[in-house]
Amino acid sequence: MSIKEIFETMDYGPAPESTEEAEKWLAARFNKFNHFINGKWVGPSSGEYFETRSPSRNEVLAQVADGTAKDCDRAVAAAKAAQPGWAALSGHQRARYLYAIARRVQKHSRLFSVLESLENGKPIRESRDIDIPLVARHFYHHAGWAQVRDRELPGFKALGVVGQIIPWNFPLLMAAWKVAPALAMGNTVVLKPAEFTSATAVLLAQICDEVGLPDGVFNLLLGDGKAGKHLVANPDVKKIAFTGSTEVGRILRRATAGTGKKLTLELGGKSPFIVYEDADLDSVVEGLVDAIWFNQGQVCCAGSRMLVQESVADVLHEKIKLRMSKLVIGDSLEKGIDIGAIVDPVQLERITDMVQLGVEEGGELWQPECKFPEEGCFFPPTMLTNVEPSATLAQEEIFGPVLVSMTFRTPAEAVELANNSRYGLASSVWTENINLALDVAPKIKAGSVWINCTNMFDAASGFGGYRESGFGREGGKEGLYEYLKPTWETALSDKPVYQASEPAEPVEPEPGKVTSIDRTAKLYIGGKQARPDQGYSIMSHDAAGLPVGEFPAGSRKDIRDAVEAARKSEGWTATTAHNRAQVLYYIAENLAARQSEFVARLARLSGNTKGKANKEIEACIERIYTYAAMADKYDGDVHATPFRNVTLAMREPLGVIGIVAPEEAGFIGFISTIMPAVAMGNRVVVVPSQRYALLATDFYQVLDTSDLPDGVINIVTGEQQALTAEMANHYDLEGFWYWGSLEGSKLVEHSAAETMKRTWVNYGRYHDWFSQEQGEAEAFLRKAVEIKNIWIPYGE
Amino acid sequence: MTNVFTLKQPGAVDDHGLERNPGMAYTPELFNRIRINRSAVERRAATIAKRRSIKKEFQTAWLLKAITCMDLTTLAGDDTPGKVRRLCQKARRPVRRDILDGLGVGDMNITTGAVCVYHNLIPTAVKALEGTDIPVAAVSTGFPAGQIPQPLKIAQIRESVKAGATEIDIVISRAMVLTGDWKAIYEEVKAYREACGEAHLKAILATGELGTLTNVAKASWVCMQAGADFIKTSTGKESVNATLPYSLVMVRAIRDYHQLTGYKVGYKPAGGISKASEAIAYLVLIKEELGNEWLNPHLFRFGASSLLGDIERQLEHRLTGSYSASYRHPMS
Repeated sequence: MSIKEIFETMDYGPAPESTEEAEKWLAARFNKFNHFINGKWVGPSSGEYFETRSPSRNEVLAQVADGTAKDCDRAVAAAKAAQPGWAALSGHQRARYLYAIARRVQKHSRLFSVLESLENGKPIRESRDIDIPLVARHFYHHAGWAQVRDRELPGFKALGVVGQIIPWNFPLLMAAWKVAPALAMGNTVVLKPAEFTSATAVLLAQICDEVGLPDGVFNLLLGDGKAGKHLVANPDVKKIAFTGSTEVGRILRRATAGTGKKLTLELGGKSPFIVYEDADLDSVVEGLVDAIWFNQGQVCCAGSRMLVQESVADVLHEKIKLRMSKLVIGDSLEKGIDIGAIVDPVQLERITDMVQLGVEEGGELWQPECKFPEEGCFFPPTMLTNVEPSATLAQEEIFGPVLVSMTFRTPAEAVELANNSRYGLASSVWTENINLALDVAPKIKAGSVWINCTNMFDAASGFGGYRESGFGREGGKEGLYEYLKPTWETALSDKPVYQASEPAEPVEPEPGKVTSIDRTAKLYIGGKQARPDQGYSIMSHDAAGLPVGEFPAGSRKDIRDAVEAARKSEGWTATTAHNRAQVLYYIAENLAARQSEFVARLARLSGNTKGKANKEIEACIERIYTYAAMADKYDGDVHATPFRNVTLAMREPLGVIGIVAPEEAGFIGFISTIMPAVAMGNRVVVVPSQRYALLATDFYQVLDTSDLPDGVINIVTGEQQALTAEMANHYDLEGFWYWGSLEGSKLVEHSAAETMKRTWVNYGRYHDWFSQEQGEAEAFLRKAVEIKNIWIPYGE
Repeated sequence: MTNVFTLKQPGAVDDHGLERNPGMAYTPELFNRIRINRSAVERRAATIAKRRSIKKEFQTAWLLKAITCMDLTTLAGDDTPGKVRRLCQKARRPVRRDILDGLGVGDMNITTGAVCVYHNLIPTAVKALEGTDIPVAAVSTGFPAGQIPQPLKIAQIRESVKAGATEIDIVISRAMVLTGDWKAIYEEVKAYREACGEAHLKAILATGELGTLTNVAKASWVCMQAGADFIKTSTGKESVNATLPYSLVMVRAIRDYHQLTGYKVGYKPAGGISKASEAIAYLVLIKEELGNEWLNPHLFRFGASSLLGDIERQLEHRLTGSYSASYRHPMS
């Protein structure tokens, strides 16, 4: 076109980013990517490679080593050998390495961006302006955490070798999110990138090499899902961090169940994007562009499900259509595009099928007319309106540039619709009313809530899911705990620590000898004493084997009722921390009032002296005080993210937590496990120790007199093992804490794969419940909450 | 308020076949619920130019477009006829002939969009631009602060039109915005429009003095309802003048007004735009938010005094491949 013609048409014209340097870099590696193990580039033991392609150009970029079990073992062995040395360095020394990596990422930022866009298909603008700067920021921020780890996180140590499996949608960014905190905290790493996207991971390995990172600290294992599987199975790997599909997340949860491997999963989503009628609608439209037409919609936290107030729906849909018609699709290396290529034909086919299904199910399809390049893997920006909550597309993740839209009537209905999902990764709320925004944000089940913005990320703020979007946080101080373990945890014992007499063989009661009025212990459900559904009871015997009294044999339906009662008791979660503290103090007060009775019962069941039993009840009262005290002190943070905004890291209770109290640990084990959960605002269903069940049933009389709302603490006595299985499989529990056997721990973690409930298990080890370190560690509070980051930009 | 139904009635057609905005009855319900989210607007403004890239011959064409949309301006106490004659010559020949020839556009008759002066210099400018299509714009109504009696403002407009100005850049009373007296602004601007007659009215909001983006949006609506042909950001004398966020808010109001009424109102960012790259960013913003129809001097103007110099240097660079120097280009 001549200048004169352009003057008339005012077209943008082509502006391709040069790939010359990237091609040189590829050629220098003979277009072959190898593993980076123990500081050396290593070919696959099988000699096998597979192709990696550029989706927007349909060209082969390189051959990628197909990692084998042997390769994986080598990588893990190298990481294992390097770990003690790496952890022994001072925080400052580790900080210097991370700082050097951050610097080099910046210095080679364009090469990273071009490689990323070539291999992934994302627009060069996004890799250049978003992905790579965030990568550098992540290494800088965590260089800082390395520097101050000992000061800020005393009492913690590194886990050891960490296996990290990352997806193809933000290849280098996800690598940074995982590698930076792991290394900062003193772990060594085996990173397994997605098979579609290895290039920037290879360049990252090169940089680690260049900055002189000690051999074996960072290892790169290339390959497909098989390599990942080997990594997960390796017993020397102490933690798996995974970002990817919920389906694979479940496989990993099952594979690691009972192994003691720490696990964090950042999985799928169907994140709501809520538009209230008083929102700045033009800004909403741009928010959507950043939400669902960012990275071709291949974003786990994409705002893919728009909920718009009925009164503005038509206007907004028109505005969106107008904006969509301006979106430019094209080669990922073209600077002037908004939407690049879908990562792979397989993914393109899935998106196409899903959209087809959406139309079949009644959705109204809208796509702008747009030009595609002839070669490559493209899908147009798409909006489906009139998608009802029951439609597949309203529930299932598409992972493509497809927005579904539905309407709501009231603020409360919007929240209900938003939470009508198995997922809970992120959400976006648009309103100019701060009262509404701050009312809605805590009610949404999502790890990130973006007020009048979307897809905001920063190293200083934790990111991660609720529900089936996974667990664990990446970024911020909250993310560091995922790469650390408290030192007390390693000190847990293999044998019971709690001292009690070995119970004697049960003695049959002498018939017809009633010495006192028959006391009937019951279940405690919804603030009421309830008979067990099946009408069986279990006899409790004292240490001498004499019968003490009967307690109910709770079963499946009792668990159901207890969970329902706990679910209904929402007021406890909504009330102020001060009120919760008051109730806890009152419980302590009433327990003290009946101290002698509890001492006598405990002495009889444990066979301990009354003096010893008295000390335990004293300790229980003190523990309740501790959690009453912490109820309004274990509060949130405001993170220093680099935007004009307040990033509120709120600690929210999980909701309903199932607890299996330690069998051996008298009354202190029961109190120590339920009180932190309750103090943080959770409602609990607790299965007490069988031996000490009558203490738990005595305790509900204390609860009854302490102003505890109905359904906050529900007590189901019975066979611990059977009840554990019932709770482990229950969908409506957000959390499950288990103190019992290794097999039981495995069962709990394995079952949690289906429901994605947050589990905390002891792998058959024993706490010293009387010690402050093991009996009331910070972890009891940390595990009782989930951190939600609420981003609130401001400025009028 | 942003329904797509149209209220369009036949309006006056100007010399270019464009129907002038006749304005409408004062209708506060169309704007009084507007809320602008500053942070979101700033995010869009920060990325709008990064989402598009204009290179080589495309950049040349776009920069030429910027020149034709420029109100070449001098608004100083020491303006003299001599200075204004120089400015007008520059408006006629904004770029060295050899550069335009070299770029193959010598026959395009590239001139600036207008010349903008104070009232006293109108006759000089009109005379200096004789034989061209370049209009003379005059700032008016007690520019820049507008703190003079209303009758004098009306008289000033009439005088300027009589003196030959075909475009009148008025200032609104900021005090009325800050006290929420939208009706008064409507009445004031409507009166100015009547006083303008055939001359086009550009309403300067003085965005830097309105306090909030929400006020900027509302003021845009009131001026359009009162019959403004253009809405303009600033006088160039406020401490903050044209910015991309202000522009986004104003052009979105123009878009909504157009969708509602069918009339196209023009947009003029003024003050502080001095780099070729900034000019491109503004053009991108207009193209993305309003569309190509607005990319011409009838609906888009830059108010600028030093922008042209940078564009000239860029054009020479395009031609020669070497970076240019300001002394190589004739001054205005």
